[in-house]
Amino acid sequence: MAISININGEQRDVDAEPGTPLLWVIRDELKLTGTKFGCGVASCGACTVHLNGEPVRSCQTYIEDVEDAEITTIEKMAEDRVGAAVQQAWLELDVVQCGYCQSGQIMSAVGLLRENAKPTAEDVDEYMYGNACRCATYQRIRAGVLRAAEILEA
Amino acid sequence: MTTQLSRRGFLKTAAAAGAVLYVGVQADGAMAASKSANALLNPFVKIDSDGNVIAIVKHFEMGQGPATGLTTLVAEELGVSMDQISYEFAPSDASVYNNLLFGPFQGTGGSTAMANSWMQYRTAGANAREMLIKAAARDWGIDAAELDIQNGQIIGAGNAAPLGEFVTAATDFAPSETPRLRDPAEWKIIGKASTRRKDSPIKINGEAKFAMDVQLDNQMVVMIKRTPQRGGTVASFDDSAAREVKGFIMAQTLSTNHGVAVYAENTWAAMQARNALNVDWDLSAAESRSSQDIRDEIMAALDADPVFNVNQADLASVRSTVDGAAKVVEKTFYFPLLAHAPMEPLNCTIEQTEEGDIVLHDGAQMPTGPHMAYQQIFGLPADKIHINTMLAGGSFGRRATPDADYQVEAGLAFVMTDRSRPVKLVWDREDDIRGGYYRPAFGHKVRVGLDEAGTIVGWEHQVAGQSIMKGTSFEGFAVRDGIDHSSVEGIADSPYTIPGQALGLTDTEKATSVLWWRSVGHTHTAYVMEVMMDLAARAAGKDPVEFRLAYLTGEGDAERKAGALKLAAEKAGWGKAAPGRVQGIAVHKSFGSYVAEVVELSGNLDDGIVIEKVTAAVDCGIAVNPDVIKAQIEGGIGYGIGHAMRDQITLDGGAVEQSNFPDYEPLRISDIKEIETHIVASAEAPTGIGEPGTPPSAPALANAIAQLDVVVAELPMAENGVSFA
Repeated sequence: MAISININGEQRDVDAEPGTPLLWVIRDELKLTGTKFGCGVASCGACTVHLNGEPVRSCQTYIEDVEDAEITTIEKMAEDRVGAAVQQAWLELDVVQCGYCQSGQIMSAVGLLRENAKPTAEDVDEYMYGNACRCATYQRIRAGVLRAAEILEA
Repeated sequence: MTTQLSRRGFLKTAAAAGAVLYVGVQADGAMAASKSANALLNPFVKIDSDGNVIAIVKHFEMGQGPATGLTTLVAEELGVSMDQISYEFAPSDASVYNNLLFGPFQGTGGSTAMANSWMQYRTAGANAREMLIKAAARDWGIDAAELDIQNGQIIGAGNAAPLGEFVTAATDFAPSETPRLRDPAEWKIIGKASTRRKDSPIKINGEAKFAMDVQLDNQMVVMIKRTPQRGGTVASFDDSAAREVKGFIMAQTLSTNHGVAVYAENTWAAMQARNALNVDWDLSAAESRSSQDIRDEIMAALDADPVFNVNQADLASVRSTVDGAAKVVEKTFYFPLLAHAPMEPLNCTIEQTEEGDIVLHDGAQMPTGPHMAYQQIFGLPADKIHINTMLAGGSFGRRATPDADYQVEAGLAFVMTDRSRPVKLVWDREDDIRGGYYRPAFGHKVRVGLDEAGTIVGWEHQVAGQSIMKGTSFEGFAVRDGIDHSSVEGIADSPYTIPGQALGLTDTEKATSVLWWRSVGHTHTAYVMEVMMDLAARAAGKDPVEFRLAYLTGEGDAERKAGALKLAAEKAGWGKAAPGRVQGIAVHKSFGSYVAEVVELSGNLDDGIVIEKVTAAVDCGIAVNPDVIKAQIEGGIGYGIGHAMRDQITLDGGAVEQSNFPDYEPLRISDIKEIETHIVASAEAPTGIGEPGTPPSAPALANAIAQLDVVVAELPMAENGVSFA
């Protein structure tokens, strides 16, 4: 069925059956491949996108539930004040290794910083718990979020 | 979209860009350069007349850093900054881009990317510099010795010009077998901690293209419904329900009979259609054993005399020495199967060109493997098959199987079509966890005898487990006199000088396919060696660091291992843990590098322990990119500790019981509070870094936990008496 969704500030018509995870519409229909498939069961966070500014797991978010929402993906983060700060911190600290989970890590980090501008290391650990990184870049992710908070404060 | 980067396409593109200087080696290994696209010439360094410098990286990037490291070598020798150079992955051509440590085989593994490229890429960069300088010197009428290239400028004797100006002229000069390599005193990039990764910018904004991101026009997505037990075959299948799924195209049994390929218009349709497919399996010849059976077989082997006497020791004499020793420390260890679970599930895409060539888009760890397999599957010569190596979302060994398993699946699925549409094979996480190829299960039984003074007098060590190399195409170089070295590496070649050591090995049956897993045999041998060293030190009443140093008294190997140990102990404040905290230490040599780690814990066994800090010291020779090295140690520690804490793959009646991250739980951000890495200064040639951080991590954790009076001899820890807060 035809569904119109608002993604990265654009209204896009997509053809998807109800029950289709937003993830696959984003990746296969819209070819926005920055959002990643990692587990399909909301257990790794690689597919994290923003729904009305809040991080959600797109593999467990269904297309029929997002018709009236604003969807934002990693491809739009450079234009976001918080997103740009997180990306800057990620570059300064070379957080990435394989990089496959990092879109999701950044989307979650932005969600955290919008909610809590001055997080502690413990806050970061708690909020980012669900974003897995098999390369174990965690200590740089933690430092990266704290650095992004500094950048935003400056 | 076209992402074809086959050799032909690459050369065509390069030639179209205008004057291009290629510097590389010919098939016979000689350095060569040319101004035109030449089939015999396959460059490591490409420079166009605009001065754009590109390093052709022969190792795939799974996060371990060769896109930065190999590029650094070229930039340093040529004389450009890291901002003035970019990188491309090499095409599949083992005659030029082979791993120098693998023979005629192109591939990444064994932490060899830097070790085997170190001289090759520096030499290529230096040759490019010398040829450009000679061209400029001729033009300016001065001696080439007066010139250098710095920051992309050819300078000297009052002249200066961007290197792009002399690209065409440079090809008049022949490259040298022995160009002048820059003296370490000249280095501006090698060893510099501030160098940033070349692949970071595209990995923070969604731009990076992993194989999973290939979206070719008109492509089909294929998922395989595989036998639930290894060795099972398809008896029949019913796709009537799958036909109801919108986007379903067809289902076909693979010629190997181990599964049914489900073809669909997109990934979600393929997933749903595969779920709807009913397969009747013939499991009569399938694996039916359970983890307990595997464990029982390994334990029984440890109680019998070993089949292989690895170090040709007099076993009876060693036994008698240990039996008669003043003190005997004895322990039996068991290590379960482990999955690699890279973040990007396995996948690859195949298409056929108008000329009938086959192009594989793949995060190809060992391009030569699928390249050879495809010659058979498609009946084509090697030069009609092209591999576009893409970024890989992790591997830890999984993307390199001796039988090129997933690439072969994709090939078999593709040959069953009319080849008019590209086929993208996708595994999901369940396929990944259940799809075979595990760190093998291993057991060790060790008895150490100490004299009254607390000195080791005998060390009887039995190893039993599933050989990784036997029965594979790698058997020829990895197995000697029946002994798979990867089963005993880290013991047989340990830098420790241990008196009276007997090392025995018995192979047990493979209940499932097994594979190298980040650090291979060292995953279990380091654990056993280092936990036993601590137990022996404790029995001797000696400090674990001092005790180890007594067996590291030689030069070279032993000295470097001792150096890493001492540096880690010093930086961690060994013996000075804060109140309420305990420390454990371990040191191990693997892949030519020496890594020591100190784990500091808080908490207790009742409420759960917390890993407060891991302090590491690494000696991997010259530190080309210190920050990449630190990142690899951090990652290696996380990989080792995460699995030791709570992961295992278990079989029930031959079927894998785990399926996804909820029951194969990855390390999480809160599991390790801090990691600090120190690099031992060295002038030795670079050695491995992707794997060496892993081996000492779990035993250092175990040795810290032992301070709470629980010696964990069986993994995972969470299933064996340890709770984590």
